[in-house]
Amino acid sequence: MMRSLLTVVAPKWRTARARFRQGRQAGPGRAVVLGAVAVVFWAVVFGVLYRVLAYFRGVEEIGPLLAGKLLGLVLLSFLSILLLSNVVTALSSFFLAKDLDLLVAAPVDWLDLYLAKLGETMLHSSWMVALMAVPIVAAYGVVYDGGWLFPLVVLAVFLPLLTLPAVIGSATTLILVNVFPARRTRDLLSVITIAAAGLLVMLFRLVRPEQLARPEGFNNLLDFLTVLRAPTSPLLPSEWATGSIMGYLVGPWDPLDLVLLWSTAGAFVALGAALHAQLYPTGFTKAQEGAERFVRGWFWQAAMAPAARFMSVAKREFIVKDIKLFFRDTTQWSQLILLGVLVVIYLFNIRALPLFTGEQVPFFFVTLVSFLNLGLAGFVLASIAARFIFPSVSLEGRQMWLLRSSPLDLRALLWSKYWTGTIPLLVLALIITVFTNVLLRATGFMMAVSVGTIVLLTLAIAALALGFGALYPQFETENAAQIPTSFGGLVFMMTTVALLAAVIVLEAAPVYAYLQATRADQPLQVSLRLALPFLGVILLCGLATALPLRIGLRRMEQFEF
Amino acid sequence: MIRLEGLTKRYGTFTAVNGIDLHVPRGELFGFLGPNGAGKTTTLRMIAGILRPTAGRITLGGVDLIADPMRAKAILGFIPDRPFVYEKLTGGEFLRFVAGLYGQGGDHVEHRIAELLEVFELSAWRDELVESYSHGMRQKLIISSALVHRPELIVVDEPMVGLDPRGARLLKDIFREFAARGGTVLMSTHTLEVAEAMCDRIAIIQSGSIIARGTMADLRQQTASGDASLEDLFLRLTGGSAVRELAAILEA
Repeated sequence: MMRSLLTVVAPKWRTARARFRQGRQAGPGRAVVLGAVAVVFWAVVFGVLYRVLAYFRGVEEIGPLLAGKLLGLVLLSFLSILLLSNVVTALSSFFLAKDLDLLVAAPVDWLDLYLAKLGETMLHSSWMVALMAVPIVAAYGVVYDGGWLFPLVVLAVFLPLLTLPAVIGSATTLILVNVFPARRTRDLLSVITIAAAGLLVMLFRLVRPEQLARPEGFNNLLDFLTVLRAPTSPLLPSEWATGSIMGYLVGPWDPLDLVLLWSTAGAFVALGAALHAQLYPTGFTKAQEGAERFVRGWFWQAAMAPAARFMSVAKREFIVKDIKLFFRDTTQWSQLILLGVLVVIYLFNIRALPLFTGEQVPFFFVTLVSFLNLGLAGFVLASIAARFIFPSVSLEGRQMWLLRSSPLDLRALLWSKYWTGTIPLLVLALIITVFTNVLLRATGFMMAVSVGTIVLLTLAIAALALGFGALYPQFETENAAQIPTSFGGLVFMMTTVALLAAVIVLEAAPVYAYLQATRADQPLQVSLRLALPFLGVILLCGLATALPLRIGLRRMEQFEF
Repeated sequence: MIRLEGLTKRYGTFTAVNGIDLHVPRGELFGFLGPNGAGKTTTLRMIAGILRPTAGRITLGGVDLIADPMRAKAILGFIPDRPFVYEKLTGGEFLRFVAGLYGQGGDHVEHRIAELLEVFELSAWRDELVESYSHGMRQKLIISSALVHRPELIVVDEPMVGLDPRGARLLKDIFREFAARGGTVLMSTHTLEVAEAMCDRIAIIQSGSIIARGTMADLRQQTASGDASLEDLFLRLTGGSAVRELAAILEA
């Protein structure tokens, strides 16, 4: 059995190896950038957690309890994320993957198929969580002197911990596909998971967890200790994992937790396999059918009619096509739910800032927050552009035969893509900036600076996203959500952060001058020194808009299929 | 209508197309044959403007494709071998979009779309998303899209793949009628009976170079093959030893 399982898994392994080799041939630049980003990320997570745990370790009695509680919370969040991502990944790997026709038609044992696909699902949905866990458990190991055996303990804990959500996720998907057709299930799942994730994040934020950290939130120390000692739920695998790790680090170590983890994982794999044997053949057959049918697309055609008078037929048809494709693809539009959550949390955070405790409006802090908010809003816009604008050129890949063989001017294509992405981004940017400044009660000067800058930044960010999307296209990836996680997406984010930093640094001087003048109760003198940085920002953003579009266009002209 | 001069395409050290010269006049149905990997698709994709030649010149209707691609492409309809279309558009929307790419819109396009869908028996599927179409229906939709802007020249790569006998017959009739009305068709195919029955002239390409060209009579004369079929001529020109090897494998 092991041999046939290895045969089923071999193509995946060989593909990964070939990709790695191709990456190595492409030169060390890519690996260096990715490695540097990973190291910085790990160092920051490790550093922050190290300080927190070192502080906990110094606290008598409740220190280890706090550390355990924190680990329990982290593992519980991991478990929830893994459960959601496994459900979605299982749909692709078990029902929609391109190799399934070959595997199902071949005399492959059903158990081998189940184990191979379970492993694939687990790997695809867990690698990010596993990487994230490295600096966290490393911090625990270092602070509590875990010793050389600690990595082995962590491995022994994490293997069953990652297996459990993979089995549950795959089984959930299997049942869902038996009820709904696979493509409908995919639509359903993308909405449910995103709405659930959004709701969780929103709830977590709205309960204001920072207040729980304040001791005055509890009546007495006994209440506090009781809450800390009680496990979140003794039936949760994350609690068993916490028990194993903390037991090993601070004692007393109880092997029961580890036994529970492994035996439950084993039992779940067996149950999952039994369910797979029963339901997979019917589910797989159902997955082959059920595409969406009959639609009437008159709405966007009619909605675009007034604007259409001012543009060429090709541009109009391109924009209508892009909008229709976006709103008909559930995996695309459902991301708007997360976007809504993000904006609400963003504004909630600004409102929750403890700035207006007294009667007097703290002018200095309000101006500072309003100014620095530009950077934060810019970063949020960059993330949104990475998700929605960056993949737009890649998504044309399979249809490029049509675009290149027709007399379509590629400038018209780029123009349509740029404005279809920029206008919604601009609306969002203005909402975030204006509302934030209103909530902060910022002055007219700061409002003008913020709005002007964010408009320029949005134009530049959208152009950078489109330009880098054309420079690093991912024509083989069908899932738009995966495209921003590529190397090109990373380079785009890094460039945008550099642009944001440059704009903040340039504008810092005139904003400081404004602050000083207002504090001294003097009118702001309009001078060359004050105007130059703003001119610099206009020039910089202008360049960051024009150059990427020009480079992107050149790159697109060289595309070959 | 189509003129290729010294057309070459190299990928690194590999030469896919090696200095091809070809002229297909207006009103001709020209067949482009060759074994797998001979350079047929690469040549057609260069003519369609999807691939850039490493060297050489392509002229469509007297317009240089590299120098003035917009004008050259405006008279062209291209049908690729793999029917990738936007899955989330309906058949009708896809055709409207393609007409838009050629700068055409309005009532006459809507009329043309209805006409083409009717001819290809897709009218009932007009408002259904392409993702629910079968392979053959997608192929029919792409053929319709190549005709929607009334081209003067059609370049088609493997037109019969996925078509049912009725669809294949319909396509043959359309191409013949198109050529009879002065249109030009350059077609690559592996279905030699189709090429023999339909094409006015044929070129056989191997390892990136044209090794024979002309009418069926010309080809027979070049290979001194009497009244051999196109299949026999093709195998003789491109090396038929693989057929004997295949028999050996099947018997082993």
